[in-house]
Amino acid sequence: MSNLAFDVAHLLAGGLVLASFILLYQDRLSGLIHVFALHACLLALSVGWQAWVQQSPHLYLTAVIALAFKAIVIPVSLLRIMRRLGIHRSIDIIGGVGTTMLLGIGLVALSMVVMLRATEFADPLAREDLAFALSVVLLGMLMMVTRRNAVSQVIGFMSLENGLILAAAGAKGMPLVVEISVTFSIVIAFIVIGIFLFRIREHFDTVDVQAIDDLRGERRE
Amino acid sequence: MKAEVAILSGIVALFGVAILSVLLPSKRASAQVYVLCLVICAAMFGIATVRLLDPAAYEPLVLPLGLPGVGALFHIDSLSAFFLLVINLGGALASLYGIGYGAHEHEPKRVLPFYAAFLAGMNLVIIAEDAYGFLIGWEFMSLSSWAMVISSHHEAENRRAGFVYISMASFGALTLLIAFGLLANAGGGVGFAALRAGAADTQIASIVLGLVTIGAGSKAGLAPLHVWLPLAHPAAPSHVSGLMSGVMTKVAVYAFIRFAFDLLGAPAPWWSMLIIALSGATAIIGVLQATIESDLKRLLAYSTVENIGVVFVGLGLALAFKANNVPWAAALAFSAALFHVLNHSLFKSLLFFGAGAVLVGSGERNIEKLGGLIHRMPQTAIFMLGGCMAISALPPLNGFASEWLMFQAILVSPVLPQWGLKLLIPAVGAALALSAALCAAAFIRAYGIAFLGRPRSPQAANSNEVDRWSLASMAILLALCLFAGVLPGPVLDALSPVARAMVGGKIPIQSSIDWLSVVPIDEGRSSYNGLLVFTFIALSALLSKQIIHRFASHATRRSPAWDCGFPNAAPDGQYTASSFAQPLRRVFGRQAFAAQETVDMPAPGDMRPASLRIVMRDRIWDALYEPVATVVNRIADQLNRVHYLTIRGYLSLVFAALVGLLFTVAIWA
Amino acid sequence: MGLIAALSIQFAQMLLVLALAPLLLGFTRRLKARLLRRQGSSLIQPYRDLLKLLRKEAVLADNASWLFRVAPYLIFAATWVAAALVPTFATGLMFSWSADLIVITALLGSARFFLALAGMDIGTSFGGIGSSREAMFASFAEPAMIMIAFTMSLIAGSTQLSEIAEFVLSTTQLRVSLGLALFALIIVAIAENGRIPVDNPATHLELTMVHEAMILEYSGRHLALIEMASALKLLLYLSLIGCMFFPWGLAPAGASAAAMTGGVAAYVFKLVIGGAALVVFETSIAKMRVFRVPEFLGVALMLGLLGILLRFVSAGL
Repeated sequence: MSNLAFDVAHLLAGGLVLASFILLYQDRLSGLIHVFALHACLLALSVGWQAWVQQSPHLYLTAVIALAFKAIVIPVSLLRIMRRLGIHRSIDIIGGVGTTMLLGIGLVALSMVVMLRATEFADPLAREDLAFALSVVLLGMLMMVTRRNAVSQVIGFMSLENGLILAAAGAKGMPLVVEISVTFSIVIAFIVIGIFLFRIREHFDTVDVQAIDDLRGERRE
Repeated sequence: MKAEVAILSGIVALFGVAILSVLLPSKRASAQVYVLCLVICAAMFGIATVRLLDPAAYEPLVLPLGLPGVGALFHIDSLSAFFLLVINLGGALASLYGIGYGAHEHEPKRVLPFYAAFLAGMNLVIIAEDAYGFLIGWEFMSLSSWAMVISSHHEAENRRAGFVYISMASFGALTLLIAFGLLANAGGGVGFAALRAGAADTQIASIVLGLVTIGAGSKAGLAPLHVWLPLAHPAAPSHVSGLMSGVMTKVAVYAFIRFAFDLLGAPAPWWSMLIIALSGATAIIGVLQATIESDLKRLLAYSTVENIGVVFVGLGLALAFKANNVPWAAALAFSAALFHVLNHSLFKSLLFFGAGAVLVGSGERNIEKLGGLIHRMPQTAIFMLGGCMAISALPPLNGFASEWLMFQAILVSPVLPQWGLKLLIPAVGAALALSAALCAAAFIRAYGIAFLGRPRSPQAANSNEVDRWSLASMAILLALCLFAGVLPGPVLDALSPVARAMVGGKIPIQSSIDWLSVVPIDEGRSSYNGLLVFTFIALSALLSKQIIHRFASHATRRSPAWDCGFPNAAPDGQYTASSFAQPLRRVFGRQAFAAQETVDMPAPGDMRPASLRIVMRDRIWDALYEPVATVVNRIADQLNRVHYLTIRGYLSLVFAALVGLLFTVAIWA
Repeated sequence: MGLIAALSIQFAQMLLVLALAPLLLGFTRRLKARLLRRQGSSLIQPYRDLLKLLRKEAVLADNASWLFRVAPYLIFAATWVAAALVPTFATGLMFSWSADLIVITALLGSARFFLALAGMDIGTSFGGIGSSREAMFASFAEPAMIMIAFTMSLIAGSTQLSEIAEFVLSTTQLRVSLGLALFALIIVAIAENGRIPVDNPATHLELTMVHEAMILEYSGRHLALIEMASALKLLLYLSLIGCMFFPWGLAPAGASAAAMTGGVAAYVFKLVIGGAALVVFETSIAKMRVFRVPEFLGVALMLGLLGILLRFVSAGL
């Protein structure tokens, strides 16, 4: 792979980490969904670039799937869900933005150390790319645990999954079947969660998952 | 050899002054004692400067004092010479300040003997070449400063400060004693040469480093052992506060350097991680407290904590570089730390003297009750402004020069291979940058509230300028701050032998660089020219003033303040110190101080005044000291019963102790 | 001869930034007005305003101290010196080595220090509110700026702006931390210049104002100097972005007069693009609440920190 090819892949992976941070920073649902679309676009670009560099056409398919589903279909339908549920107000982040971002930086540092140590003899930039992918995964998890709102938890989950795809695309030779199954599982998860959201909403008049926890607490007593 | 004798005679003379001060008639004693101290310190400052610029061979002075058969060893190497310089410069200027300030002391004899003994003790620590002399000096320093902390013993707050201080000082001295003991036991002697041999075992060396970090760190104010400092330093008379903050903390830094860089030999990389992490936290904790504090002197004490953090970051980096065998970078970090030691001693003394002037002039320490002092105390206002600029790291003053060097040291640290350091140093770099900016905010607040605006109390409105001695002392300090900031090169050159002795490397000789620039590594990498920046700013300010006054307008008219058309005549309508700190409190408050604000807003029609209550807690105090204090109190309560035993009971205790000792001796052999 | 040429180029730059700063302000104002479908004032209106202010007498509040009168000159001088040390059309200027990126940040910090003090001098509540908020913003923006300086110098191996520009010109590598630093610098630049969404430069007497609140009591020549300083600051930040991230067109040290002219043309082009981007961004976004600003600036700080972290971690590879 030429130098430039590496650099572009690297930059895109870094951009994905950056987008994950913006996701962490966003505390408004509509903003969150828009940034997620950006996140998915970056992923699609990154996978597309890998396809071109590695000369493997099936990766184009992955890129197209990412672009179509994650950057267009899911954000658009999430926006519609949001509007139908009437929940376009601020999200409360547990622990404040600053703390969350600091934690996020700690996670990036952690994934850097772990990845760079584990892959000592690989190519330097590929190693950093892998570390970026792991960071995206960890940041997605962080987002899921620091949000109370179910919609943002869904987005956290999907950004996590983006990280997985990034890692898979960087590593040569991931079979198409796996990708398609992963993608479909995501879509199904999304549908399930969507239905789930409506159900929660119908029953409890909120999508704040705290409310469900409270309810469980009551039953135990 | 001669310098050691001279400094020792100086120390003896200071002890003499201490005794003399008791004998002299109360009325004139104050001025005479301070003049004597000034003369002695100035002489010792001269000797130290000569020794720093012209280091002598190792040839310790042995006196038949101390432990029988061993004698006491004294030696001044370049490190000692540098710290002697810092101490005696601070001591001389504090004495000069004291000539005027001491006249306002109610009970001068509660301060004077201890003042001289304090100076003597600090000097003794530095020139001692064995554990014995070091600890004696250390105890003199601690106890005499404690006596001055409780000199105004009528205030309960000062008594509490004294109690906390003496507990921490004793604890610190104990850890140092154990540290020396471990080394002496392994090395077979109390002289520094024997102690160096004792550090050959890395395990012992590591334990000793931990102990010294506690012992010297608690004296210097390293978190989490800093809590006594903001209580004790402000309680003493202001020139003594200046000495304690500006100089005594530096003796603790000396102790740390002496151990970590000299006695303990080659450092292990993890030592530096410990120091860097602690010092980064120290800087942030200190400066956050300073931004919300309203007591002027306590604010300064908190900022001392921050600056000690900065110094220790430099020392930690130097240790890391030394452990990884990068001597040039170690020299850079070490020089930055020492430069900051000097700078902090200058501007912190200046600021404490200024705070003392405010206290004398207006009788107030609380900035909430001050304001407008720039009109009533114009000269103090100028000196304080200079001090605030220096401590806020604004170019071209000295605080910026050392901060800049520190940043340069951080920027070369990616060469360090340890993962812990790779992750820690960027974080500490961010902490340093944050603390520098917050420090500027804290001093904008302190100066703006105390000196600018309108007086908030009658005391502030009727304040008066202080005497000329105090002003002279502050003027000299400000001039030194400016000199070290504009021409850092000569200072760095003077520090070069110290760095070479301690870390085995050196930075480029600054006097050989054109235009008096500072180049810590090489010219392509970074350079700074304080003189040029200063000249540029001064020239363009003057030029623009000349041009505008000449060609545009120079007319001025006085009128009532506009304030958007609704000027509020009452001075209470101004921003207060706590309202100035409100945004920062709101951002950092919950995490840093567990701050809680309760607003009590009466319903419409209710005539009660609205109120805002802010509760803040020192989390470190709650987490670390409160449990210890509780346990100690409980033990004390238990022990209290011993006071009410019968004579038979006491006798049996003595008997049991004797038998216990004999038993120990029996099984030991 | 070499010395004289170098000196004259340095002074040319000092005059150039002074001459261009109001024009840039006029350009952004005009473009913004056009985007809002207003007529807008003339491009040279800021010059007229400044001249008018300079000629008027200065009205001082009764209890204004000497600090209040000296501060405008110091603020102006510090900002001017800082702006003169950023490579605008040529690198390797005569005095550029006397101050690196960290010094430039600190010079702006000095200017702010005096501005905040001047805001508190009269003892009005508006001045206090402005200074207090400025101090809070600065305590985030300044470290963020230092973090950016760290990132750039870790990439280029130097804190000197000329060296950074030359390094970025000579390398073909794309670096993630470079992107992070650019992002952070844009945030800092917006906040430091009091642009939307942090502060609104076009309004007075709004409860959220920061910069305008501090200078409320200033008038005449003092106000002119402060306005000039803030125009210079905007120019400085755009030049900084231009010289570190888009250094194309910078004339190297000791280049011919033609190259210098080309450098000036490239510089003006960069300013136009930068100013237009700023205006488009400002027009398309709403102002945020004051207590959202620390979070906004915190992002810059975190990005800078992330950038350094990446450089530290990858340095050993």
